[in-house]
Amino acid sequence: MSLAGYEFEVQRDDGLATEEMTLNMGPQHPSTHGVLRFVVKADGEIMRTALPDVGYLHRSIEKISEKVGYHGFMPYTDRVDYVSAMQCNQGWAMVCERAAGIEVPRRGEFCRVIACELGRIASHLLSVGTMVMDIGGMTPFTHALREREKVNNLLEDLCGARLTFNYMRIGGVAWDLPPDYEEQVTAFLDQFELFIAEYNDLISYNKIYIERLANVAAVSKEEAINYNLVGPNLRGCGFQYDVRRDEPYSIYPELDFDVPVGTGEFGTLGDCFDRYMVRIKELKESCKMVRQCLNMIPEGPVLAKVAKKLKPPVGDAHVRVEASRGDMGWYVVSDGSEFPYRTKIRTGSFSAMGIVEKLSRGLMLADLIALIASLDVVAPEVDR
Amino acid sequence: MQSFIDGLIASGAFGGLPAEAVYPAIMFLFASLVVFGFVLPLVTITVWLERRVWARIQSRVGPNRVGPQGVLQGLADGVKNILKEDVVPDAADRPLFMFAPYLLVWGFLATFVVIPFSSALIIADLNVGILYITAIVALSAVGVLMAGWASNNKWSLLGGIRSAAQVVSYEIPAGLALLPVVLLTGTLSTQGIIQAQGWAPWDWFMFHSPFTFIAACAFYISALAETNRTPFDIPEAESELVAGFATEYSGFRFALFFLAEWGSLYVTGAIMTVLFLGGWQIPTGWTHNTVVLNIAQLAVFFLKAYFWVFLAMWIRGTLPRIRVDQMMSLCWKYLVPLGFVNLIGTAVWMVIWPEGNPLVPYLMVVGTFVVGVIFLRRVLYHLRRAKPELYFNPAI
Repeated sequence: MSLAGYEFEVQRDDGLATEEMTLNMGPQHPSTHGVLRFVVKADGEIMRTALPDVGYLHRSIEKISEKVGYHGFMPYTDRVDYVSAMQCNQGWAMVCERAAGIEVPRRGEFCRVIACELGRIASHLLSVGTMVMDIGGMTPFTHALREREKVNNLLEDLCGARLTFNYMRIGGVAWDLPPDYEEQVTAFLDQFELFIAEYNDLISYNKIYIERLANVAAVSKEEAINYNLVGPNLRGCGFQYDVRRDEPYSIYPELDFDVPVGTGEFGTLGDCFDRYMVRIKELKESCKMVRQCLNMIPEGPVLAKVAKKLKPPVGDAHVRVEASRGDMGWYVVSDGSEFPYRTKIRTGSFSAMGIVEKLSRGLMLADLIALIASLDVVAPEVDR
Repeated sequence: MQSFIDGLIASGAFGGLPAEAVYPAIMFLFASLVVFGFVLPLVTITVWLERRVWARIQSRVGPNRVGPQGVLQGLADGVKNILKEDVVPDAADRPLFMFAPYLLVWGFLATFVVIPFSSALIIADLNVGILYITAIVALSAVGVLMAGWASNNKWSLLGGIRSAAQVVSYEIPAGLALLPVVLLTGTLSTQGIIQAQGWAPWDWFMFHSPFTFIAACAFYISALAETNRTPFDIPEAESELVAGFATEYSGFRFALFFLAEWGSLYVTGAIMTVLFLGGWQIPTGWTHNTVVLNIAQLAVFFLKAYFWVFLAMWIRGTLPRIRVDQMMSLCWKYLVPLGFVNLIGTAVWMVIWPEGNPLVPYLMVVGTFVVGVIFLRRVLYHLRRAKPELYFNPAI
């Protein structure tokens, strides 16, 4: 990648000009969360700039949809963001339903929300866990993954897969909840809510941890909107925006939940700690939502009757879902055939990469790791 | 020992070789014996212990396949590393690259010379023992810097520079923290320092006065920093610098780095024990057999040293890493001034109570015990509240 236009002259106080070091961070770097690459210009430990270089994990997922049809594309959506595949499933299902005018049975919507919120718990657990690991603490990561395994077990009971679920279908979900599922999930949630408190005691309010994250890479509200941050990254800046609440879909309007925002607890509003803390709070909110869904879930079918060869009328449709990494946009253009004419997926991680260059100026090398981790960038979601 | 060898030479046991040739040969033999018979098993056990303790902290099982309960895991890792190809990058500074790990290992092995494992088990009771340790430990900084520079890799270079800055900085609070002990005893010899303490906790220098207690804590923190332990594992921060100065190393040379790391962990514990925890001191008078006495002393010394090693493992399992600038400010803004306060405070304390305050050591022991009990209760409270799945069976 060319670095033209990014040369910086380092002028020291004593008049000596020193040469900057160009560090190539990634694609095989332990803390770039997949295959991301950053070209770092550093003056010793202080960075001048870090340019993100994306595209190492591009799999042409959008193009694939034009060849496999509406139903056949569902497994591929798992791979858009394999850390929280449920919401991607839901996004594709919803956009096809809107394009074809399909009504989802009510029980199906509940199953979707339960699956999505469990998926969000799994995704946020991975995020807060790797955050600590990037800061250098190994134990909280394993504890978070231990809990994530339990969520994965629940999701495996639900759909037979632990990572790429392929659970949802256009018009509902593939399978109803297994027997005794409510008891299992409730038992997990009872234990998990205690775990959140334990996790906070263990690491979130650790002095070193706060020192590492507070006041690092703070984003103001205006900046966040200008750079198109979404999801927890946006809410971390104190801006209360959540697609589930502001552009409600599925059965979210019926659920009672808060939208946690950053509070600048230990320093500037919108710093790494705020973004981290928003995710911790969202874990609790997701638990709340799953509990409500389990109480309210009606009887009935979970899958509407949909044609095997779905041919939506000519036109386009766009939906937004609140994925774990924020507002995920799904856009599909139909030409009346059984294959989509064009699909476009807009993801939160991709827009989060844009702000890295601006925030990285003047940070220390170790802070860049904290910044990437706090933005919760997942490489497959960046490139698709 | 020397007279014994002189006797052997005189009796012609070496076939008339000159003494100048016999001495180095015997020293070399003895040193090899110490390294392979003592230090390697010690490091192997420490590595195994660390991995097991760490695994339990992280609710994992840890190595349990090689040997009983996985004790021989370190051996297996060592064999694997020796069998691997020793890659030297093309662009590396070849001689320096090959030499650096040896310097590192040398730095930590040489400290074993003055560590007294019992009243009789010491290689050389130098009259400048403590000074010798502080000097020789700094050798590892040269090794790390050499490794970082010679690798010709930017991550390695950053790691090496960080390490040099870290070790050079933390030498000062470490040196200042052991000065109160030197003041109290008036000697730099490790055996002399241990003999000035007693077997009971209130006779240990750690509880001699509040100043020595703080000095012990400051020394421990500095020692963690000098041995690159979490939360000061900045030179090899794997999430930032890939593997720091060890990035380009492979095979046996890589193993040597880790030999040095875990070996110096034990050395840290041993020095803490010598300076602040009464070393090998045990109640006397219950046996007149020197061998039994020495074995008992050895056991006590190992227990105390491994207490500090265990503490370092616990800290590694709990804390995240601090940033470079925070590490520097901790050293220069807090530990160094604290060290001077300790030094002056100890001096004043010695002027007021030349024989030591009769009450304070007991109070400090009781206070430490009470804090320990409160801490334990808190841990138990968390265990009860979080209801984790506990595996108390040590033999999983």
